[in-house]
Amino acid sequence: MINTYEILETIKMISSESLDIRTITMGISLRDCAHNDMDELAKRIYDKITRKAEKLVKTGEDIEKEYGIPITNKRISVTPISIIGEAANGDYVKIARAMDRATETTGVDFIGGYTALVHKGYTDGDRRFVDSIPEALSETERVCASVNIATTKAGINMYAVAQMGQVIKKSAELTAKEDGIACAKLVVFCNAPEDNPFMAGAFHGIGEPECVINVGVSGPGVMHNALKKISKDADFTEVAETIKKTAFKITRVGQLVANEASRRLGVTFGIVDLSLAPTPAIGDSIANIIEDMGLERCGAPGTTAALAMLNDAVKKGGTMASSQVGGLSGAFIPVSEDAGMVEAVKAGALSLEKLEAMTCVCSVGLDMIAIPGDTPDYTIAAIIADEAAIGMINNKTTAVRIIPVPGKKVGDFVQFGGLLGSSPIMAVNKFSSKAFIARGGRIPAPIHSLRN
Amino acid sequence: MRGIITVIGKDRVGIIAAVSNILVEANINILDITQTTLQDIFTMIMLVDLSNPNLTFDQLAKKLDDKGEEMGLSIRIQREDIFNAMHKI
Repeated sequence: MINTYEILETIKMISSESLDIRTITMGISLRDCAHNDMDELAKRIYDKITRKAEKLVKTGEDIEKEYGIPITNKRISVTPISIIGEAANGDYVKIARAMDRATETTGVDFIGGYTALVHKGYTDGDRRFVDSIPEALSETERVCASVNIATTKAGINMYAVAQMGQVIKKSAELTAKEDGIACAKLVVFCNAPEDNPFMAGAFHGIGEPECVINVGVSGPGVMHNALKKISKDADFTEVAETIKKTAFKITRVGQLVANEASRRLGVTFGIVDLSLAPTPAIGDSIANIIEDMGLERCGAPGTTAALAMLNDAVKKGGTMASSQVGGLSGAFIPVSEDAGMVEAVKAGALSLEKLEAMTCVCSVGLDMIAIPGDTPDYTIAAIIADEAAIGMINNKTTAVRIIPVPGKKVGDFVQFGGLLGSSPIMAVNKFSSKAFIARGGRIPAPIHSLRN
Repeated sequence: MRGIITVIGKDRVGIIAAVSNILVEANINILDITQTTLQDIFTMIMLVDLSNPNLTFDQLAKKLDDKGEEMGLSIRIQREDIFNAMHKI
């Protein structure tokens, strides 16, 4: 039986509402690559990645053609390099270069896992590793780095918070000619998930299997159009129901693609990440969805409530559509990657402080935010501490991906290009947090971490 | 495996014949067919059996796409599963 309405609805979602599978991400364990010589280790890593992911891009393209759904990115995540490289003497950047070469050979868009987990403290290797991040990111194109500096169980490592402020500044300076692009490939996490398929924070956690397929869905444009179709006077029960039903449909496609990719590659299916990930395309925006609910601009009073409902309804609809859910799962609120957010910043409706409030109820955190290049490292560190505190206390993932754009000041505009988009430089509170960040130590885990 | 072919555009003589010819040559059976005009846009949908074609999926998709371009229409083929996944539990 042919149901014309249903078939045309699906086709319209793909052709005019920007429905896509954002990413098929292959997670690869590198635990068997460990070696005490850095050159040999880099070679083993390159060999393993290119062997496991040999057919990833081709398989993704075949699925795209047969189902008629774009798969925007094919990506790889690997075991945190700080762990794999710990026993090797020499420069960690050699591994970053090997990873970058592996992306060229396999044709994937990004590779994540240049990662350290230092939420409770540094090992000697972690220290060398985190120091290497600015160089690794400025010398490679497609390698993404992340550092987990806090968890609900361990508290916040304030030494790491302070250092990440410096690492972000240095990464920006080393890529000053490209407006600090290295910082767009660096995420600082609290409660980092081990199976996240989205960049820049993807890594293959140490509890993950040998090789796994994780899929990230998208679809803000579809949600925006679904909400435009209901009455402007519809109450929030109806708005939430519409979001749930739409999230269900989007996620079912993600599950189908995940099953198919996993079967064709002969690799375990891991999770579907139920995220609403915007792109700079007009209409493919989380800010627009929030505005559909009756707010003049994203950032107006009511924005946090709107985002909370959106995030929750997406999870409810999506969970029913997928056999295994994981990753970040929720609505992303990057600024530069979302044309509606950019407009809201330009109009003066959306500030860094409002974004921080929004991160309490969305799936990640302060994402793709361009700030003045002369912002001190301790101010960046303090912004990270605030975000980590939100994640730690609320038992959720939070993250900071912030770009202090060299030579730019508030009111200037920066173009990152591609999916990373463009953004006005946002204002940062001028009062100093220097003495606060200089204290170091560890903010203890909250009382509700004691669940045993 | 079954596929859904959708033809969207301005109505004209010979659309079904053109698509059917390609399918005959590829040894593909038509299982069901429906056509409507929605807001002045002609839409034809065919359910086809892809179990024994003599072309690859890629080649067939390209032939249909080329024919669509020639006739000023959008003609696409997708595996049926994507529609079932989205609309049926």
